Amino acid sequence: MALSENEVLEGLAEIVAEETGLDAADVQNEKSFTDDLDIDSLSMMTIVTLAEEKFDVRIPDEDVKGLVTVGDAVQYITKAQS
Amino acid sequence: MTNVVITGLGATTPLGGDVPTTWENALAGKSGVRTLDNDWAETYGMPVNFAGQLMVRPDEVLTRPETKRMDPSAQMAIVATREAWADAGSPEVDPERLGSVVSSGIGGVWTLLSAWDTLKEKGANRVLPLTVPMLMPNSPTAYVSLEIKARAGAHAPVSACASGAEAIGMAFEMIQSGRADVVVAGGTEAAIHPLPISAFAAMQALSKRNDDPRGASRPYDTTRDGFVLGEGAGVLVLESEEFAKARGARIYGRVLGVGMTSDASHIAAPEPNGAGQTRAMELALERAGLSVTDISHVNAHATSTPVGDMIEARGIRGVLGGHSDQVLLSATKSMTGHLLGGAGALESIFTIKALQTRTAPPTINVTSPDPELEVPLVRDVPADLPKGQTAAINNSFGFGGHNVALVFGTDS
Repeated sequence: MALSENEVLEGLAEIVAEETGLDAADVQNEKSFTDDLDIDSLSMMTIVTLAEEKFDVRIPDEDVKGLVTVGDAVQYITKAQS
Repeated sequence: MTNVVITGLGATTPLGGDVPTTWENALAGKSGVRTLDNDWAETYGMPVNFAGQLMVRPDEVLTRPETKRMDPSAQMAIVATREAWADAGSPEVDPERLGSVVSSGIGGVWTLLSAWDTLKEKGANRVLPLTVPMLMPNSPTAYVSLEIKARAGAHAPVSACASGAEAIGMAFEMIQSGRADVVVAGGTEAAIHPLPISAFAAMQALSKRNDDPRGASRPYDTTRDGFVLGEGAGVLVLESEEFAKARGARIYGRVLGVGMTSDASHIAAPEPNGAGQTRAMELALERAGLSVTDISHVNAHATSTPVGDMIEARGIRGVLGGHSDQVLLSATKSMTGHLLGGAGALESIFTIKALQTRTAPPTINVTSPDPELEVPLVRDVPADLPKGQTAAINNSFGFGGHNVALVFGTDS
């Protein structure tokens, strides 16, 4: 069964927190991965790889560039599930 | 010629999560070797089910993101570096005059093999992007350079079980040649994984004393049957004497000389007559400007293999001649197991502590010494070194025919 946007956000926040040491509560939809969360490209690719596994979705490399904010990723993953 | 002094020590080993605990347990003659708490022996038919395992796992002291970004070999190097750097008083040094030389004999073997498992089980898409920076053998020295902001050069000479000693030799030369004022140097290894264990066992290199892990590493004993794999890291802060004195640093001792040679004889076995090992010791003494009578202690490579131990012992006797009778020989791998790329660094720390405290650490598990051993072996309990200026040799030899002898001296 597909997860809701809130559930995806919660799961994504767990991955980001684990990778970066940030508090999961700081990982919010409006935050930019690079400007607000200070996530570099290697960490971003790690998060994408772990998210693909966790949510059983495929996020092609060319689509990762479009995931600027956490909300972008949450929407992408939510749609990709269905 | 620039004098090189030692101002900081750090380690994480089977005997302790830091240098004070490791040294205390070494003087007490404790063993850090124990049975593996996993099912590898059963699952893979591994003939050896024990190793010298870290007393404090890096994930107990590092943050979760740190342990996820670094292979265990780099994690251990960082733990040891933080201790050594703080121990040296966190020197303020121009980054362009600060170097790092931290070696590993094998590199990120856990990362490489785990990524291979992931690839086979889940496909290429699941291989994590940090795999390469984690598995490369220069990863520990690179992370150390990031940690202390070292920009004079970050190096990782690789020479199997001589790597950690070679790193210290290279750091010594970086300071002597004027490339750096301060260099963080050492070695690390995290190879307690079923593949390296099985591979070393296939060479008949490992002790198979599964029913007595603590008694398995027994250098110079007539019943020795191979080395015991260990893990961990040792890191030293080296400085030019001028720089250390200008900042009022506490000085443990001095690096006086290094001798590095290669056998060009066999890919894994030492030269039977030990000529390359002997030359390394002679070159180190010559470079230190010492005569054999200045030496009071040798921390031997002595891994507990039937052939290797006595080739080295005959070499020591050959180099030191009759003075060998006055030299105290310690084989600390009897307690720690063999840290491979970390060994030369940890044993350099033991050698420096021995000179500083005038106490040679014991060799344990020797119940029937090899009758051919002609150098006094410190057994079971520590022994006193002479007062006054004195020096010691630390030997490290690696598969591939790499021989490194380091000479350390007291500060006064």
